[in-house]
Amino acid sequence: MLKDITLGQYYPGNSIIHRLDPRVKLMGTMVFIVSLFAFGSVSAYLLATLAIAVVVTTSKIPLKYILKGLKPVFVLMLITVLFNLFLTPGRTVWKFWKLSITAEGIRFAIHMAVRLTYLIIGSSILTFTTTPNSLTDGLETGLGFLNVFHVPVHEIAMMMSIALRFIPILMDETDKIMRAQEARGADFHSGGLIRRVKAMVPLLVPLFVSAFRRANDLALAMESRGYHGGAGRTKMKPLVYRRRDVAAYIAMAVYLILMILLKFFVKIPVNIL
Amino acid sequence: MRKPDRKSIIEGHELRYEYLHYDDEGKVDSSYEALKGVDLDVKEGQFIAILGHNGSGKSTLARQLNALLIPTGGTLFVDGSDTRDESKVWLVRQAAGMVFQNPDNQIISSVVEEDVGFGPENMGVPTKEIWERVRKALTAVGMMEYRKSSPNRLSGGQKQRVAIAGVIAMRPKCIVLDEPTAMLDPGGRSEVVGTVRQLNREEGVTVILITHYMEEVIHADRVIVMDEGKVVMTGTPREIFSRVEDLKKIRLDVPQVTELAYMLKQSGVPLPDGILTIGELTEELGKLKGRK
Repeated sequence: MLKDITLGQYYPGNSIIHRLDPRVKLMGTMVFIVSLFAFGSVSAYLLATLAIAVVVTTSKIPLKYILKGLKPVFVLMLITVLFNLFLTPGRTVWKFWKLSITAEGIRFAIHMAVRLTYLIIGSSILTFTTTPNSLTDGLETGLGFLNVFHVPVHEIAMMMSIALRFIPILMDETDKIMRAQEARGADFHSGGLIRRVKAMVPLLVPLFVSAFRRANDLALAMESRGYHGGAGRTKMKPLVYRRRDVAAYIAMAVYLILMILLKFFVKIPVNIL
Repeated sequence: MRKPDRKSIIEGHELRYEYLHYDDEGKVDSSYEALKGVDLDVKEGQFIAILGHNGSGKSTLARQLNALLIPTGGTLFVDGSDTRDESKVWLVRQAAGMVFQNPDNQIISSVVEEDVGFGPENMGVPTKEIWERVRKALTAVGMMEYRKSSPNRLSGGQKQRVAIAGVIAMRPKCIVLDEPTAMLDPGGRSEVVGTVRQLNREEGVTVILITHYMEEVIHADRVIVMDEGKVVMTGTPREIFSRVEDLKKIRLDVPQVTELAYMLKQSGVPLPDGILTIGELTEELGKLKGRK
């Protein structure tokens, strides 16, 4: 069940996008998402489409694989679109019983659909091309300035990487506990949603106990290997900006400037925000 | 082979440890003494095995060697540093690296080489040297070809070897292994013990192996048997395993071959005490056959 989700998984490759510094990719994703919401015009969407097309082609990830990542969020998107479609007040275009579709509703719904789709594609390209480890590294160094505001950046990054290490272990463990309980007559697969959720409760208790035990062991192991927080630590794989990273930053700037220019100089009438 | 006047790396005198249990108001309502005055002297380059049943205090002792626990009585010096001195904790942990029982719960990173680099990173070793240390450590345990793998894809024995590499990369003088094979299958067990022996012989690392598998201790220089928080026997493996009766009293077994030799001797076959390997037994039996 959980194995079908491609969203957020690393897709091994050696393209230039894969090799970019994670900080660049994080920044790029942020710029892209902000641009989606800040510039809501047809021309802006066209530019965003172009940008995404260029990135996807250079990353060499099959488009089909990326679209598969949209599947699990499809229902969520559909609900958002439907709400926008039916619940936006304005000039009524079509009416059926108590439901009415307004012109504004259609526009909102289209905007929402485009934005959400691009948001998901954009962020999944980040996770497809960046290993979880370099992603945490990127967050740690990229957000290092937050240390000034007493945000424990190193600790958060460490927690993230430990979580990533233990997710598969805990999934295995859940599987084992489930089978052990099924062997003793527990039933996780039949009945309605409520019944199935209730059946999960006895699963959580042993899982939590074991997770705490593991956490305790891990803390001991880390301490015995000299871990004492981020201060005075060196890096085995320090992040270094290369020429391609600079080029990527320039591309990002060009993208933003184009977006701004489009906003002021190109007027295609469908523009609500 | 080895110089007789070797330096002591671990010196423990009258070590005690008391686990305290607190009630709801934070007052001590019961205590349990896990160590009741243990003396320990380990010389550089030695291979020491500590044997004992569950609750014999052997794990408590191991944790004291790494300053994870501070003795509640007695003194402990690791590579010349008093473990009670808080300013020396990191020196102690660097001198005596520790490998734990559960291989999953001591691997921190999701890439093998990064995990091995974790210790040196904490010590503040420069990047270039970290790579050098990681390469050497992984080669020493024979895991170099898996350096890019995820630990989740490795077998128990392999994971434990990665954990050992992670400790070696810190260049400790001494490695303490707290039941490193308890969760492994026989194949993984011999893999790990083989690696440890090799490190001891070829790299001269002092090894303290804590275990309850008898087969693993027969190559040790010295065996320390613990029971109920005390050292009850100490000597070479041969000396220890000659005392089959005493070992049985504290619910410890001897290696199967030793047991067989012991039973044969009980029923009248004239065999020497303390046979440790199958080779020795067949040799002795061959001698007997030749005599007849």
